[in-house]
Amino acid sequence: MMGSENPGFEEAHLFASREEMENLVLDDPLTTHHPNNNNSYSSFRSANSSISESTHHPLSPPVLSTSADSDPLLSPPVYRNPNASDNNSYIEPPSYADVIFSPFDENSANEINRIDSTSQDTDSSFALSRSSSSSSDYIKITVSNPKKEQETTNSLVPGGNTYYTYLITTRTNIPDFGSSEFSVRRRFRDVVALSDRLAEAYRGYFIPPRPDKNVVESQVMQKQDFVEQRRVALEKYLKRLAGHPVIRLSDELKVFLQVEGRLPLSVSTDVASRMLDGTVVAPHEVVQPAKGGRDLLRLFKELRQSVANDWGGSKPPVVEEDKLFMEKKEWIHDLEQQISNASQQVETLVKAQQDMGETMGELGLAFIKLTKFENEEAMYNSQRVRAADMKCVATAAIKASRFYRELNAQTVKHLDTLHEYLGLMLAVHGAFTDRSSALLTVQTLLSELSTLHSRAEKLEAASSKIFGGDKSRIHKIEELKETIRITEDAKNVAIREYERIKENNKCELERLDKERRVDFLNMLKGFVVNQVGYAEKISDVWAKVAEETSGYAKDS
Amino acid sequence: MEHQRSVSGLSQSPRSPSSQPYLSVSVTDPVKLGNGVQAYISYRVITKTNFPDYQGPEKIVIRRYSDFIWLRDRLFDKYKGIFIPPLPEKSAVEKFRFSAEFIEMRRQALDVFVNRIASHNLLQQSEDLRTFLQADEETMERLRSYETGIFKKKPADLMQIFKDVQSKVSDVVLGKEKPVEESNPEYEKLKHYVFELENHLAEAQKHAYRLVKRHRELGQSLSDFGKATKLLGACEGQALGKAFSDLGAKSEALSVKLQKEAHQLLMSFEEPLKDYVRAVQSIKATIGERANAFRQQCELAETMKLKEINLDKLMLTRSDRVGEAEHEYKELKAASEEATRRFETIVRLMNEEIVRFQEQKTQDMGIAFHEFAKGQARLANNVADAWRSLLPKLEACSSA
Repeated sequence: MMGSENPGFEEAHLFASREEMENLVLDDPLTTHHPNNNNSYSSFRSANSSISESTHHPLSPPVLSTSADSDPLLSPPVYRNPNASDNNSYIEPPSYADVIFSPFDENSANEINRIDSTSQDTDSSFALSRSSSSSSDYIKITVSNPKKEQETTNSLVPGGNTYYTYLITTRTNIPDFGSSEFSVRRRFRDVVALSDRLAEAYRGYFIPPRPDKNVVESQVMQKQDFVEQRRVALEKYLKRLAGHPVIRLSDELKVFLQVEGRLPLSVSTDVASRMLDGTVVAPHEVVQPAKGGRDLLRLFKELRQSVANDWGGSKPPVVEEDKLFMEKKEWIHDLEQQISNASQQVETLVKAQQDMGETMGELGLAFIKLTKFENEEAMYNSQRVRAADMKCVATAAIKASRFYRELNAQTVKHLDTLHEYLGLMLAVHGAFTDRSSALLTVQTLLSELSTLHSRAEKLEAASSKIFGGDKSRIHKIEELKETIRITEDAKNVAIREYERIKENNKCELERLDKERRVDFLNMLKGFVVNQVGYAEKISDVWAKVAEETSGYAKDS
Repeated sequence: MEHQRSVSGLSQSPRSPSSQPYLSVSVTDPVKLGNGVQAYISYRVITKTNFPDYQGPEKIVIRRYSDFIWLRDRLFDKYKGIFIPPLPEKSAVEKFRFSAEFIEMRRQALDVFVNRIASHNLLQQSEDLRTFLQADEETMERLRSYETGIFKKKPADLMQIFKDVQSKVSDVVLGKEKPVEESNPEYEKLKHYVFELENHLAEAQKHAYRLVKRHRELGQSLSDFGKATKLLGACEGQALGKAFSDLGAKSEALSVKLQKEAHQLLMSFEEPLKDYVRAVQSIKATIGERANAFRQQCELAETMKLKEINLDKLMLTRSDRVGEAEHEYKELKAASEEATRRFETIVRLMNEEIVRFQEQKTQDMGIAFHEFAKGQARLANNVADAWRSLLPKLEACSSA
């Protein structure tokens, strides 16, 4: 008989809103065999709301309850379709209908320090570890507890400047830190300082970009929302820093994470080299790139130089390596385009999945109302039969709706890797910029040197014409020779710096290649496993309804 | 009451060529004719029957949408009390576009329409049905153009008396402020049910339509995602690049499946729901007819009483107008009885119809639900299979 009554079904109230629908207790084997039945619905609501609130991806991943079952990969796989037409490859496809996704566990050490921290435990056997060494040591950072504080220094307005500080807690087993758990309070300005210092100290490295200042948003948004957004962004940033094999051990980061009170990292305001203006400076200070303000003159010099380069004036020495590098750079640019394009389509896909889930749910709800209506007003048995059929369909639709939304939440988590790599591209640009500005410095110095040399030659030539020597000219020549020596030293330092940065670039590119392959593969696997798992669940739900309504089938 | 088995729209050979009476119709082969604003679709209507008045065993005629409307209007007029099967909407806008989907949907709906009439034990006897199924195109065209007004009016009909009565007797005379209505609690319940049902169904249909759209949108996004992934794969190169490209290809393939399912959903799920809504609207029209009939009955009964009183008065005074008055009274009495008869027929028919309607709808929706569930299960299976097929290669990639 089609449309069997389902006794456990609550028909008491009209469901006016989506919340009520989600509170719907569906008595049926597919959901009741999860021991944490109730939890899954409440956490489901949060997954649902976090999806609907954020436009792109939820800032905090939704928590889904686990069943008591352990990793399904440990238990024997259930074969859904023993007669499946799948080719008998060496791998029998297990049923992913039983795949249970573990919650985004903050205590899981493996996930924290890597960009693929969004991948799931279930594919831990799928996931490659990036490098065997990093799996044992960890740095775990959390940002929490934003507090409003007052500017204590003299301000014109009494009770003047307020700002927010965030509690940054670190847990680590790396001995360099000296302690295994510690916290500090930092404000955003400190983060900017950290970021700037890292940029200076680690030129050529792919340094994760810091969160934006978001000046406009800080004015426009609600305070709590903005602070929360910032807190999440800071946490992500620090986690990425901790995930970088070189930067995680940097002094700057250590100081930032550990040293209480005012941050002793000075914001770099003064870039040394004024020697090009004629001031005598220490050679190593020369190699910092020129920044605004007092380095204006140097900037102009370098601008002239780069223009000269472009116009084919004095061409920089073309090293073989440069061509390879240029190719790599172009390829990275292309890659960035493709990743960006793909991530845009991901957003559209996510929205489409979301909408599907929503509409399916609304359809289910409409049929629930119809069922209730027909049952209440039934005058004929045919109505009751129809009502039962409708309920069957409605229940399935609501379940399918939930599955779509769960699927979506997971999809977002997986494909978020694409977004992460887009962010990383910024870091790559930064590193390449470091390289070109270092090269520019070298070229500037070379060109300066050649100018100085020719000036010295001219002076000597002129001076030699005067018998007995020209006291003032000789003095000038002496000074000039001194300048040349210093410039020579500076040039050597600059060249060494340039080579160092080139080496950093190279290492980082290799690391990027390796890690990217692993991360993207994990992403793909996670995405695919997820799709399969939920498709199977959805198929089961509808197969049941098809079975129960098979009596209506026109012909076989 | 024995109902003839509802025949499907596909041409079927008769079960036995002998005694069993059968009437099987199919609406097929939509052809677009005419140009621009004048454009319309014509359909082949194939009738297979052994009914006595029909040219059998098979007859083919060409009909257009307005011919179907003619048939429906005629049936509605003649068979008050019966829920006339609904027609797909007139669409001023879609007409211009005449998409393949629209044409197919309309054809399907027209086929269902005719078959419901052909399988209704009363409606199938209709002369108008026979005309529709058998007459040549010129006759049909003539009939169609008569439809406006003149053809309807038959002076000898009691209808005229009804109309006269209506214009003479006003509510004020009858001493009632509002229009006369039945005070039948069961009927009230039915009316309430019908009106509420329409609302619920309309909402369900709305969401079903949106679901179709969602399928299309998801299909589109999968296609775009597939393309982008393939490009990314081309850029990446090597094993990873191949993995991306394979994923992209699967995604594009799934996009096609989704578009197909969207079409299925439209035809087998959303359309039946729309049809359900239309059927309820047809019931509402019948409810209106019943109200009219009831009112006529009341008005005529009242008028007759007044005429009777007047006649008695005239007889007492031995007026020479008695003959005339008697004659008028007799006419009114006949009309009143006719009105009562008509009303009671409607009531009786409606009671039968509502049972038939509920049973029919349970069947129709059962089929629709079954197709819906089958389609969704099939789609989900396709999705699972497509993605699952990628896993061996992805595994191989990782272990390489």
